[in-house]
Amino acid sequence: MNIINIILDFLNLENFISNIPNAEVQELLTIVFVFLRSDLFFKILLFPGIFTILITVAELMWLELKLIAKVQLRVGPQYAGRIGGILQPIADFIKLLFKETIVPEKASKVLFLLVPIMLVTLAATTLTVIPLSETDVISNLDVGLLFTFAILAMFPILALLAGWASNSKFPFIGGIRALFQQVSYEVPLWFSALGVVILAESLNFNSIIKAQSTFWFILLLPLGAFIFLVAVIAETERLPFDIPEAETEIASGWMAEYSGLSFGLIMLSLYIKLYFGAAMFTALFLGGWLGPSILPPAFWFLTKTIIVVLIIMMLRGVLPRFRLADLLYIGWRRLLILSIVNIFLAITVKLVLF
Amino acid sequence: MSSMYFSVGPQHPGSGHFRMKITLQGDIILNAEPDPGFVHRSVEKIAETREYLQNVPLIERQCLSDVSSVTLAYAMGIEELLGIEVPPRAQYIRVIMCELSRIMSHLYWLAILGIFVGHSTMFMWGFGDRDILITETAEKIAGARVSYSYIIPGGVRYDLPDGIKEHTMKTLDYFQGRLKEYDAIFFSNPIFKRRTKGVGVLSRSEAIRLGVTGPTLRGSGVRGDIRKDAPYAAYDELDFEIPVYSEGDSYSRSLVRFREMKISSSIIRQAFENLPEGDFKVKTRKKVPEGEVFSRVEAARGELACYLISDGTRKPYRLKMSTPSFRNLPGFSLMKGSMLADMPPIYMSLDYWPLETDR
Repeated sequence: MNIINIILDFLNLENFISNIPNAEVQELLTIVFVFLRSDLFFKILLFPGIFTILITVAELMWLELKLIAKVQLRVGPQYAGRIGGILQPIADFIKLLFKETIVPEKASKVLFLLVPIMLVTLAATTLTVIPLSETDVISNLDVGLLFTFAILAMFPILALLAGWASNSKFPFIGGIRALFQQVSYEVPLWFSALGVVILAESLNFNSIIKAQSTFWFILLLPLGAFIFLVAVIAETERLPFDIPEAETEIASGWMAEYSGLSFGLIMLSLYIKLYFGAAMFTALFLGGWLGPSILPPAFWFLTKTIIVVLIIMMLRGVLPRFRLADLLYIGWRRLLILSIVNIFLAITVKLVLF
Repeated sequence: MSSMYFSVGPQHPGSGHFRMKITLQGDIILNAEPDPGFVHRSVEKIAETREYLQNVPLIERQCLSDVSSVTLAYAMGIEELLGIEVPPRAQYIRVIMCELSRIMSHLYWLAILGIFVGHSTMFMWGFGDRDILITETAEKIAGARVSYSYIIPGGVRYDLPDGIKEHTMKTLDYFQGRLKEYDAIFFSNPIFKRRTKGVGVLSRSEAIRLGVTGPTLRGSGVRGDIRKDAPYAAYDELDFEIPVYSEGDSYSRSLVRFREMKISSSIIRQAFENLPEGDFKVKTRKKVPEGEVFSRVEAARGELACYLISDGTRKPYRLKMSTPSFRNLPGFSLMKGSMLADMPPIYMSLDYWPLETDR
């Protein structure tokens, strides 16, 4: 009996449906209500799904604003919401909602408007396979890890598409940079995750997490964890790797022409992607929802994820931006080699310990 | 391979009030041409229509981050024409204000450099410390935070207020600690070093040929500083060194400015220690005798020269300023052949100030 069921019972809409004369419409609506009352819908809408993610992401944005402000000897947001501007991200989003979405005259209009929607959809899709606890997962795929990487591979294409559809020079350079960066760092990301797969012998997130019940994999594969974290930062375009958005070089890069709601959607997708990267790191290396059973597993998962996100965010306070050439050098000449070494380390650990 | 042309500015987060015409091939800058003139306000022409004293607030508008040096050059020119001797106390107060204004300008530069390479903390710290520490001290001395019109022909406008020595010393003590933190978070940062070392290298001979000035020149290994070469105000009575680095890249130019902030605070300390008693200004006439005069000072960005022609009336016949930013304009040729990502560090290492160039 979940909250959606209680609300539907209270509204008592099924009685209303049974009075509809048209039998086909009645049948269709009944199917819809069966779906609305199902466990799956609850999961998608509320608990591991959209609602939880949006609240977490909004509060992560607020935490970033506040903590970076502390580093920079500022105060940060104060007014939206009672406690230290806690509603600031939501207020920002509402502001963007009411702003005009300007489409450049020479832009490819359909693609230009479609890209933010696709970005948010893709970013949200990745989260379906991440388990907040053993049961709190929308789709417990056997090839969950493979699925997430398949989705991740779509992001650089969308960034390039956004730059191309804008039909403007800075967004185009930004799109090309995003393509370079994300494609280069997907390889070390994959390879470092492969070490975990070797140890856990599974691509399913729940099995990977259960395999860490004695040792978290960050203890067995510290090198792999480091490579994974660096690659996640590069994939999510956070500082020091925010090269596709470099403001003073190419004026916000591939999202330069976006405004209003479409810009808000892009920002939302980037933050969901960041959350997703940290969630993957938690699931693969930090033991996911494992933790003392005093508190529910979902609490442990969210806490670990938030800590990882904050670590990534805090880098913004101390590091400047890399050059594109340096970034590619690090990606191909350092991280790739290290991640191959990491696979051998994983095999060694596997042979020695298991 | 075809090239791509675009203009950085005048509405671009990486430009000031001016424009760079960039031709890009791949990620390499083929040509970078500065295009100043967007904020021309014809200061020199307006100066001919106003009286000598009225020109002080006008000409300090040309460079709001470093107002003392501009007005000092102008005041020195008029004093030479009038043939008056400025009292030593005024000379020391002028040194204090010039060095405060140099720190202000360098902090401004440091903050912008920080945000140009993507370091938002340096941006906030630089502006925060500039506003809280240095402009506050300037306000206590001169009555305004930025454009204080404090240095006038014949001396300074007011005497130093009570307790200013203690206040300034306290400020400088705190500022010393902050400089160490800047070094830790920014100048020792490996990514910052990687982005600026070996980028935009200006050799010694090329620096002399292009005629660049100030920290840009000293970053290329030339010991050129008007404070030592042709001492003015009380600089010949104070003990200080001129930082010179020979690498000539963006990093050494940045380090010159960074070390100058430390040296400037030591100059202020010395000036307060040796501050003589006496008058802070002498009476001047409104009519300046006929003649031509050339005066120059070391402003925060480099040599600032002022050429003044008087025809014996209350207004200058001609006022011509040569500003350091304008002289550093040829430095934009350093961008040729470097990557697009090197554009902001090279731009900032010249410490270009569009308002000062256009006037």
